[in-house]
Amino acid sequence: MRLILDIALTHILGRGRQTLVAVIGVAVGVGFSIAMAALMQGGQDDFVEQLIDTMPHVQVTDERRTPKRQPAEDAFAAVEISGLRPPDDRRGIVNPTAATAWLREWLPGLFSASLRTQGVVRYSGREAGASIIGVDPATESAVSPIIGDFTEGSFAALVSGGNNIVMGDRMAEKLGAGIGDTVFAVSSTGLSRAFKIVGLFHTGTTARDESEAYVLLKNAQIVSERANAINDIRIKLDDPYASPAVARRIEAELGYKAVAWQEANEGIMEAFIVRNVIMYTVVAAIMLVAGFGIFNIISTITHEKARDIAIMKSLGFSQGDMQRMFVIEGVAIGAAGSGFGWMLGFALTLALSSIRFELDAGGQEITELPIAWSTLHYAIASSFALGSAAVAGYLPARRAARLNPVDIIRGAS
Amino acid sequence: MNDLVVTNKLTRILPETVPVTLVKDVSLTVGEGEFVAITGPSGSGKSSLLYLLGLLDQPTGGTLTIDGQDCGVMSEAERARLRLEKMGFVFQFHFLLPEFSARDNIAIPMRKLGKLSRAEIDERAESLLVSLGLGDHVHKLPSQLSGGQRQRVAVARSLANNPALLLADEPTGSLDSKSSEQVFSILEMLVREQGKTVIIVTHDLEMAARTDRRIHLVDGMLAEADPAA
Repeated sequence: MRLILDIALTHILGRGRQTLVAVIGVAVGVGFSIAMAALMQGGQDDFVEQLIDTMPHVQVTDERRTPKRQPAEDAFAAVEISGLRPPDDRRGIVNPTAATAWLREWLPGLFSASLRTQGVVRYSGREAGASIIGVDPATESAVSPIIGDFTEGSFAALVSGGNNIVMGDRMAEKLGAGIGDTVFAVSSTGLSRAFKIVGLFHTGTTARDESEAYVLLKNAQIVSERANAINDIRIKLDDPYASPAVARRIEAELGYKAVAWQEANEGIMEAFIVRNVIMYTVVAAIMLVAGFGIFNIISTITHEKARDIAIMKSLGFSQGDMQRMFVIEGVAIGAAGSGFGWMLGFALTLALSSIRFELDAGGQEITELPIAWSTLHYAIASSFALGSAAVAGYLPARRAARLNPVDIIRGAS
Repeated sequence: MNDLVVTNKLTRILPETVPVTLVKDVSLTVGEGEFVAITGPSGSGKSSLLYLLGLLDQPTGGTLTIDGQDCGVMSEAERARLRLEKMGFVFQFHFLLPEFSARDNIAIPMRKLGKLSRAEIDERAESLLVSLGLGDHVHKLPSQLSGGQRQRVAVARSLANNPALLLADEPTGSLDSKSSEQVFSILEMLVREQGKTVIIVTHDLEMAARTDRRIHLVDGMLAEADPAA
């Protein structure tokens, strides 16, 4: 109601300095909350972006989530069958041609089918355990950022000859081999084959640099004696956030385990949730403190204006009206504080985003703080501020509204 | 003549460790257009009775009917509404809101009632001030007015919503004799010319004598003898 608002405003404007302090208290709280949220969200987004860039969005392997049912279990209505000797299944994704054809039909993105097999790479009497990954360089480069990690040679050089291999620089170092040398790759079945090193990469992840070697898909199939087999499909989607749905669809159709990046990094995602909970707890704490300032001023006003409360009641204002008036006063301070807080938050975020610094962490350089601009942060900080302002106004307002006007009128006359 | 205010054994006892009786078993009837004075020595419960009649305080016993409505069954908000529509108060102290001008103080009850537009409210507030001889002080703040002027603004405010019942608690108690006379004659005029019902608490017997009827209280009870009669 307009009248109550008018009276409420005269009350808070009548206490200029105290009001200003309360407004500043809220503004600082809102401002810093916004800047903090921008920084934390920025860091999170930055991390997720890197994750999305470097990892396949969905990875399909030849594993299953639940062990395959044994024929005996289907044939007999027994509670439990023991002592079964399961047959040796052909490993890898069954009927890969059909599977990849099916994916190609509808998948909103790119994928690369590969065969990953364990083996050993030998050179001049030295050996290194290796994951030998058979790929099609054309499709692999679409789903993997490895193409940009080459220190010598290139990924594309794989196709330039029949028996080429690229490997991590640390593996090459361990073997004492370099570009142009011929190494022997030995698979777990014992088959050995000579390959010429045409490229060395450095991903920065030591485990990969030490143990990964890429060859053409058909070569990997030959070495592991699994003609036409694949056991790994990596998918890069146009929309990374569609991954869980895509993974579910693939898993339902093919029966193999399809893992979306969100699932693969569940631990990190959970850590982000914990981090956000911590952040909003801090925001709530800041607003609680700002709320004390508001409580203080409204409390003072209700004491000072006890006489006005009595007269307004005698004029025909109800308890509810008086309560509303003081809550409005609190919320008005909260709203003014939010407004200034938005400006402060914007300025702080701007300042943070302009900070440049150099940090050399293993070749990776961070030159600026990751900042996320989101109106949501402003809305959340404001709603915290308004909420605490409403509570801070409500508590003294409730007491003031219950004042018995007779006590005050008697005291004044 | 209709009965505007009817009480039956109206009682107010403060629930302290030793209960204090403010008003006890007061049964009275005030008709429309009557000018009634409540008199009695200090602490006799005059003001307490007036606050009960004005619904500012709640009786602990008895019944109170105003304009045919039983006030005992009303909610707090309904009582506030009744005060707003049918009653005007004048206290010993003027009780104007210090941040608002004379006109805006008078406008407050009208704005609260919400039946008139802002322009109509301002017009009525100004004409009330003019009729009480305050035409030159429309935009002054209470602090810029004299005691008598403030009290007349307070009277004007009590008339804002054209109430049937005016309750005055020692309205001239803090004024000099000239201002007292001014304020009292305004109240007189309201009864005689506008047919309002005025109940005034006073210890001034001379003023009490000019009213239609005197209700004398002793120790919170109606006294048989009426000294001014």
